[in-house]
Order: sequence, then C-alpha cells, then structure tokens
Amino acid sequence: MYEAVIGLEVHAHLLTRTKMFCGCSTAFGARPNTQVCPVCLGLPGALPVLNRQAVDCAIKASLALGCRVETESVFARKNYFYPDLPKGYQISQYERPLAVAGGLTLGDATHVRITRVHLEEDAGKSLHEGLADSAIKTGVDFNRSGVPLIEIVSEPDLRSAAQAAGFFSELRAILVWIGVNDGNMEEGSLRCDANVSVRPAGQSSLGTKTEVKNLNSFRHVEKALTYEIERQIEVVRGGGRVRQETRLWDGASGRTQPMRSKEDAQDYRYFPEPDLPPLVVDAARIEALGAALPELPAARRERFVAAHGLPPYDAGVLTQSAGLADYFERTAAAAGNAKAASNWIMGELLGMLNDRHATVETAPIAPDALGGLIALIDRGTISSAMAKDVFARMYDTGQSAAAIVEAEGLAQIGDADEVAALVDRVVAANTPVVAEYRDGKRQVFGFLVGQVMKASGGRVNPKLANERLRAVLDRDGDVAVTPGTAQR
Amino acid sequence: MSAPAESVRAIRDDVATGRRSAVDVCTAALARIDAANPRLNAFNTVAAEGALSAAAAVDRHRAAGEPPGPLAGVPIAIKDNLCVRGMRTTASSKILDAFVPPYDATVVRHLERAGAVILGKTNCDEFAMGSSNENSAYGPVRNPWAPDRTPGGSSGGSAAAVAARLVPCALGSDTGGSIRQPAAFCGIVGVKPTYGRVSRYGLLAFASSLDQIGPMTRNVADAALVLSVIAGQDVADATSAPEPVPDFSEGLDLGVRGLRIGVPRAFIGSGVDDQVLGAFEAAVDRFREAGATIVDVALPNAAAAIPAYYLVCTAEASSNLARYDGVRYGHRPVLAPDDTLQTLYDRTRDEGFGPEVKRRIMLGTYVLSAGYYDAYYLKAQQVRTLLKREYEQAFERADVIAMPTSPTPPFRLGEKAADPLQMYLTDVFTVSANLAGLPAVSVPCGFTADTLPIGLQLTGRHFDEATLLRAAAAYEAATDWATRAPPLG
Repeated sequence: MYEAVIGLEVHAHLLTRTKMFCGCSTAFGARPNTQVCPVCLGLPGALPVLNRQAVDCAIKASLALGCRVETESVFARKNYFYPDLPKGYQISQYERPLAVAGGLTLGDATHVRITRVHLEEDAGKSLHEGLADSAIKTGVDFNRSGVPLIEIVSEPDLRSAAQAAGFFSELRAILVWIGVNDGNMEEGSLRCDANVSVRPAGQSSLGTKTEVKNLNSFRHVEKALTYEIERQIEVVRGGGRVRQETRLWDGASGRTQPMRSKEDAQDYRYFPEPDLPPLVVDAARIEALGAALPELPAARRERFVAAHGLPPYDAGVLTQSAGLADYFERTAAAAGNAKAASNWIMGELLGMLNDRHATVETAPIAPDALGGLIALIDRGTISSAMAKDVFARMYDTGQSAAAIVEAEGLAQIGDADEVAALVDRVVAANTPVVAEYRDGKRQVFGFLVGQVMKASGGRVNPKLANERLRAVLDRDGDVAVTPGTAQR
Repeated sequence: MSAPAESVRAIRDDVATGRRSAVDVCTAALARIDAANPRLNAFNTVAAEGALSAAAAVDRHRAAGEPPGPLAGVPIAIKDNLCVRGMRTTASSKILDAFVPPYDATVVRHLERAGAVILGKTNCDEFAMGSSNENSAYGPVRNPWAPDRTPGGSSGGSAAAVAARLVPCALGSDTGGSIRQPAAFCGIVGVKPTYGRVSRYGLLAFASSLDQIGPMTRNVADAALVLSVIAGQDVADATSAPEPVPDFSEGLDLGVRGLRIGVPRAFIGSGVDDQVLGAFEAAVDRFREAGATIVDVALPNAAAAIPAYYLVCTAEASSNLARYDGVRYGHRPVLAPDDTLQTLYDRTRDEGFGPEVKRRIMLGTYVLSAGYYDAYYLKAQQVRTLLKREYEQAFERADVIAMPTSPTPPFRLGEKAADPLQMYLTDVFTVSANLAGLPAVSVPCGFTADTLPIGLQLTGRHFDEATLLRAAAAYEAATDWATRAPPLG
C-alpha cells in the first residue's frame, strides 16, 4: 500500500480596484493592453508604490486562515526572464512573508497546516493563439501585470487527491466568504499548484516530490493528482525512482507531462526589493481587520446546527456563501421557523434563482418577505400548496405574501360555517355518489373532497373540509358536527 | 551675497524682473551649445524647439502678471538617464537609442513648474556605470579644462556643460560618486542629497538603494536653490522621505564659526595624489581660519566600502537592467523566423549593452546566485550597516566630514579604460556616502600645476543638507576657485 503526500500552493487575486503597485484597473476582460501604465509595463525609471487595500485583503485572508501576521515583512525580487514579466523580476516576498503558521480544518477533521501567506504581483499574459499572426508570433497582454495576489502555501498534510480538492474548495469558500477573492477560476482569479510524492504506508520519511502545475478547477486538482499519484506509485512499484521535476497537467489528455527537471530549475536570485521599504503593519491595524472579519463558514455551519437545530446537510448548503447564510438567518428570524426557512431556501428559492440565473444577492424576494410567507403557512392562512403559487408571484412582482393573499383573496376558508355550507352544497349536488358512499363504497370519499376543494376555488382548509365531509356523510341524523370533535 | 553673472539666481532675477527674456537666455544658451558641443560632446540630445517654446511660455506668464517661479527662465540640462516626456532618453546606451519616454521624472516636473527651461540631455556613462564618461555609446565627453582628459563620470556631460558655461545648472545622478567626482574634475559644485531626499521616479535605475539625483552648478547657492526645488517626498517613490524640506538658500552665509569639521586622517593616507592632498590640507586650514574646529574622526571600515559598493551596485543593476529585453521597447535585433525567444534576449542584450554594463550585470548575477548570496550580497549589506554606524559615531564628534572628492585630478582619456579595477578605485572617497545614505557635496578647492581642477568633498548628517551647504558656502566664500573659468567654453 502506498500513501500520497500532498501540499498545495494557491495563488489568489485580491479583490482590489487598482493594481498592487500602480493605479491601473484590475478589471478582467478589457481589450489587451488598455489597463497599463509606466509602472506595470516596467518602463525605464518607473517605481512601485504599494496598494494599501491589497495589504488589508492579504491580512484578512491570513487571519481567516489562522495565520500570525508579521508586523514587519519584506518584499523581494524574484528574477527571471519571460516576455510577460515586464521588469524581468516579479515583486514578491521571500525570506520574510506577510503571515505564517496558520491552518485549516477540513470537513473530515483533517487539519492542514498553512506554512505562509505572502503578497506578490501577477505577471501579464502571453497570447499564443487567437491572433491573426499567431502562427508566427506570440502576443503579450499586460492588463494582468501587477494585479495583486496572495500565495498560500500549505504543509504536505493532504493524503489524497480528493482531500486536496476538498482543501482547495474550502480555501476558495473562505476567500470568497471574506470578500478578498471572487473565486473565479476560469478567469484565473484562483490558481493552484501541487507538490506531490508517494511513500509506502507507514513510512515517515517523504518520497521524491514532483510539482504539478495548471490545476485550475477542483475537478482538475482531483483528476491531475489521481493521475500523478498513480504514475508515481507505478514508477516506485516497478523499482524506479521518481524524478524531482515540475510537471504540467494537460486536462485534454488527462495526463501530467514533464516541464522541467530539478537540474533545470531556475535560480531566481531573490534579494530584498530596494524600491520598497519593509512592509510594516501595526498591531492595531491587524486587530481591526480581524475584528471586522465575518464569522467563517465552519463556525457558522456549527452554529446553524447547534442554535437553529438544522441537519448538518442543510447547514452545509446554507453556508456555501456568506450571502446565502445571511439570507437564511434573516429569513429564519422573520419566519420564526428555522427548518421551514431552510427548506424554502434550499428548495424553492435556490431552484428559482437557478432557473432565472440570479443570485441570492439580487433575489427579488427579501428574507423578511420569505419569512412572512412561511409565517402565513404556519398560521394556517394559506396552504403549503397555495404558498408555492404565492412564492412565484412574490418573485415576479416583489410584493409581500400578505399583500398577494389579500389582493387575490387567497386566504384559506377556515370558518366552520363557511366550510359546512360548502360541504352541504357538494353533498346536495352529488346525491348518487353520497348514496354510493353510504352503501359502503368508501373510495368515493376522495372524489367528494375534490369537489369541495373545487367549489372553494382551492381555498378551503383541507383538514376542516375532510372532517366536515366525513361527519356529514357518516351521520344518520341532521346533527351539526363542530370541527375538531369529528369522529374518525 | 550678490549672484554672480550667468548664475542660476542672476538669470532668474533678470527674467523675473524683465531685464532679459527667457527666450533670449535660451537662445544664447543654445548658441553656446551649438558652438561648444562638437568639441565637448556633453549633450546627447539638444531639444532646441521644446526649450524655446518653454522659454516663450515663461515670458508669456510673466507678461500676464503671474508670479515668476524660483527658476524662471533658467536653462537646465538633464542627465540622459532621467525621463523627460517626449524627449529621447538613452542613458547613453544603444539599447535605448530611440527610446522616448511617455512621462516626466518627478524632478523634471518640479523644475518645469519652477519655470526652468530644459535644453536637452547630457552624455554620461552607459546607465551611469563608470567614472570617466568613457562608457558611453555616444563617445566620451571632454573635460573643458583639458580636452585630452576625462570630465569624470558618470555625470560627465552635465559637469562639462556647467563648467564650460553652456548652462548654469545640470542635473546629475550619483550612485557611487557620479555627481561629485565629475564636479571635482570639472571644477564645479555637485550635491548628492540624502538618500530619500529627492524622488527617483523617472530615473533609469542603476542601483536603487544608492541612486540619488542632485544639482550640478557653478556655486553653492545655485545648488541650494535647485535642491530646494527638486527635493521632497513623492507619492510615486516609496523610498522618498517624508522629511520636511527647508529653504536651503537660507542660512548659507552663516559661516562655519563653531562648526566642527571632521577629518578621517587614517583613511586619507596612501594612494592620494600629492597635489590633491596639498589642496585638501589647504582647504582644512581655510576652515580653521574661518573659525571651524577641526577634529579627527575614525572611519575604520571605510576601506571596505569599495568592495561592498561594487557588490551591492552590481547586484541591483543585474536586476534593474533585466527589463531591457527587446520585448516592449528599445533596441530589438532583426530575427530570422526560426529564431527562439532566447535568441531575442541574447541578441538584444549583446548588441544593446556596452562592455562595462555587461561586466556589471555578470558580476551582479554572480553575487546574487544561490550559494554565493550570503558570502557576497549579505556580507556587503553587513559592511553597509557597519559603515552607517561608523558615520553616526563620527557625527557625534563632527558636524561635517571633509575628504578629497577623488584621489587624483582628472586623468587622461583611455588612461584607465583597460583596467576596470583601477577605475573602480577612483571612487574610494565617494561610495561610502551612498552606502550610508548620507548627503555629500563636492566644491572646487584648487588646481594642479597643470590647471586641472581639484575637488573637496564634505559629507553631512542624514537630511542635514543645510549644515552641509552652509559649510560648503563658507569655504567657497573664503576662496575664489568658483570664479575660474576653463579655456574651453
């Protein structure tokens, strides 16, 4: 038996309006090279100036990941040549990162230690295809050059491809949750590389690792690592040795391919960035950012189970985003019924949002309004079946449930006299069927209930209608039966 | 003190009061450049049209009654490693032969706002790497005092242009002496401000932790005025200091009575030219006569400054010059269809950079390499910390420290070109101010028997340019060196 040992390096764009070292926009998708200036183009003489907001985002992420934020960290230059790296070096942090020694506990109770979180700038993007002269030229788009990033490095505490994917997913949830990353992997806002090795189960020393790059979705993390783990196990089983190298995941072929070996590894010649003084963040700033952090997903999940009595499954679904969790809590408060709120949100609301390609943040039904609808059901004002129609109307009109029920006269008929009158009308109009029933053909009862429903326009309280009808059909004399005292 | 003729202040006063128009001043300066530059090679680019229109604007503003700027109508030359929007900026390198920056260096904006008229870009050692101006892709500059000699470097063109009376002021940059040594060689005043005093935004970086921009003028008061204009914190340069900027023109005439002038005797021993040493001792006597107290100070590790300097500056240069890769701007070789990216890099940099720049990139790459970093780069940083501490201790005993600027008078063109090590050693007295981040000035302090200028270097406390300039001005006032003009003009 072999065991996999995996550590991840995750790069996450920080949600800032402007770039890390200049005032250019970070917006994705603009025409190539329209969000650039002397600084992010690396023009001669241009100098970097640190974006304070990027630092705040990075501190928030570090704290959410349980890291210790250093009051002094140091920017360093990572030197290498590539056309999309305009200065010939990337400004990063090396010996003294922003934050260290954090950790994250996964759903399966595995604790994954976070080694460090550091700030750095993104490079531009090489465009190898899609241009008119792509056959002979590579274009470079510098819009992304200088977009602020954090790199999150984990210890090799993960033991399977699925666990690694789970960790990446949890990491994404947290970063999105606290509002420092948009979680958009297709646009490259969140990227992942993995260090992976295998060893015989029970062995404590580590095997030779490979670094697998280009794992930009949860599915790719899992598939690539599954492939790479199997590949390494086969190498070791066959008596061979895993080569220390960097491998590139090719999603199309479903394989990892060697990119460069350890011998070709670049010497990045890191040294402290002389254009930027050390990054000093005082304790008060760290404390304030920490205090402003929202309750994190895991804590909120636990609270939903403990305080609202939700099943763990519901708590998991409702904490997929901070917005959804907020929506749930406000709905539950307004409804006075947490489980019903959970059911309505997970069922009707998410279904409708999905159909309409909307999000919980833009939902036309406010949490208070949904709570109001649930309260109407609980009070017996409308039936659950009717409530679904009211919900749809609320979604389309933005009106409250009470207003719709009132305007359309949808309130249930619950008054005993009204129910009795309806039942009497139906009994009188269906004497042959009533006779059949009284002759012992009990299955026609359902037909008669349906007739009462129909006569009421679907508004009669079904329980009362049932009781009254059975009482009328079963009695011999003309005895009034009050609701609630009917014999079964 | 009344301002000497054709000084920065005299021109500013003339233009401000309407005695002369800025256009006339500019036209005259352009005519001098036209006449002298073929011999001196001080300018890489002369921007006559832009200068005349800037001068005309100064005159228009004056006519409209707007208050004149502190440098109204003053023609200024800019070292060719400083960006001026729309003006070819080469750093005297082939790799930027046709580069036209789309933006102004912060100092250039300050000068223009003060009413200065930018005449053009001065020759220098390629990317400011050199001590003789011989490492220029556009040929060496000649010393106005002796055309077969170097004007010093790397700001040789700026120094020669000021010394030859082509302009009253030029900006230079100083990484290890590149303002002070050419100022000494050309018999003018050159100020390297405290690191962080002047924004580096728009200065083509050589060694970011050492580079500072400063004025080169014919007298101390002019340098003080220009420094006041260009100094101050800049949001675009994170290493510029929030230190308030005093009016450096104030208090220049307070004299040196009661001031303590420190002399690191043990450091100024061997290897210094006799005539330089003689001029230096005479200068120290002048200070004593003027009422200063002369004290001995110790800088025991000053001799380690040269090796430390050449480790730090080459390391930073190797990284700073990585951007010149032929991808976005600058020289780009003609490639064959099957040439690789590596070929683009190799040929761009092989064809674009001169031999001294290549040498320093290679040295610096080596210094930062895995396995050597601790022994070289880190060690050099330790020396740097040590030097800072030694200066701090010395400044407990002294207010200003005096040394020769250069161990020799201007040497002959070609004399040291074949021996880089000899060339590096000419920076022995200047590099420590850069390593320690201290302000320093070179003022003329005499001539050799062959009428070659000699410079006196004064070094001050961090951000205490005021005391430094006051001492320099007192010395200048006690001598007449500043009034001498070279034969080549």
